[in-house]
Amino acid sequence: MSKITSLADLKKRREELKSGLDIRVKAIDPEKVVQVKVAMATCGIASGAKTIMEFFLEQLDRRNVAAVVTQTGCMGYCYAEPTIEVKLPGQDPVVFGFVDLKRADQIIEKYIKTGELVDGIIPVNYQTIDLKE
Amino acid sequence: MKELSLNILDIVQNSIRAKAGEISVTIIESAIDDLYQILIKDNGTGIPGEVLGNVTDPFVTTRTKRRMGLGLPLLKYHAELTGGGLEINSLERKGTEVKATFSYKHIDRQPLGDIVGVLVLLMAANQELDLIYQHKTDKGEYRFSSKQTKEYLEVESLGDRKLLGEIGCMIATNLKEIEVSGFDLKESYKVIL
Repeated sequence: MSKITSLADLKKRREELKSGLDIRVKAIDPEKVVQVKVAMATCGIASGAKTIMEFFLEQLDRRNVAAVVTQTGCMGYCYAEPTIEVKLPGQDPVVFGFVDLKRADQIIEKYIKTGELVDGIIPVNYQTIDLKE
Repeated sequence: MKELSLNILDIVQNSIRAKAGEISVTIIESAIDDLYQILIKDNGTGIPGEVLGNVTDPFVTTRTKRRMGLGLPLLKYHAELTGGGLEINSLERKGTEVKATFSYKHIDRQPLGDIVGVLVLLMAANQELDLIYQHKTDKGEYRFSSKQTKEYLEVESLGDRKLLGEIGCMIATNLKEIEVSGFDLKESYKVIL
């Protein structure tokens, strides 16, 4: 691969690879795809959330899973960082703690692809929190 | 946190939570002047006057789920370790500027680390954000703007993984050319360079 130094180089490479890659990026309805939120506050970042987020961004794409990966602030589970929240379409979100690369892989293969629950779920009662606020 | 790029990722989270549409990260490093400075500027909601005075107190936070906020205190600590410091300026509804100054030569100055990874991650997770990254060394300067890149490539978003990978390569190549210090690249980028 030739060096990409300037925006012009970038544009040239884009044109070389033009194969409708943009199609997938356009107008993804968040409700219809898997939503993965990675907690990215100081506790998360210090525990390796960046690596986990990069893993999800790369692997969900590579394994052809329609998903939106974003970052969120501290969910309050600092003792269990890195934590992520996974929301499968039409289901309640589930929070996973102590997510290392191995567990992230399991979460993709088992929970995201088949709905099978994986170790390390942090039980959250969403209704209580909503009522409080 | 062992890398300054992670501190930067952390502080940028504050800007994102402050609903900033534009965030600029500027690093100025000079071995000649013994200076290493990180400037993070945003156009978010700003920090109210009464909080501004003690925002670097670890027990001061706007979060509701816990009672500690470590992002700013940690950056301040790292800067002060090298004989530098942290300066925060903010105007409500206008934005905030965080300036961390370090001694370049001091042994306790942490390496920058995987800044390209941090930038790519920020663009992937916040596609509406205008991210500007500027880096100046004794050998030259580089400026990256996600908005400018989008306009130049005539795309609506930079969300495509391959595109972000290429943008990462572009930034990495340029940072290497101006001899950025403490720069660490993920394996995937090293192959390309």
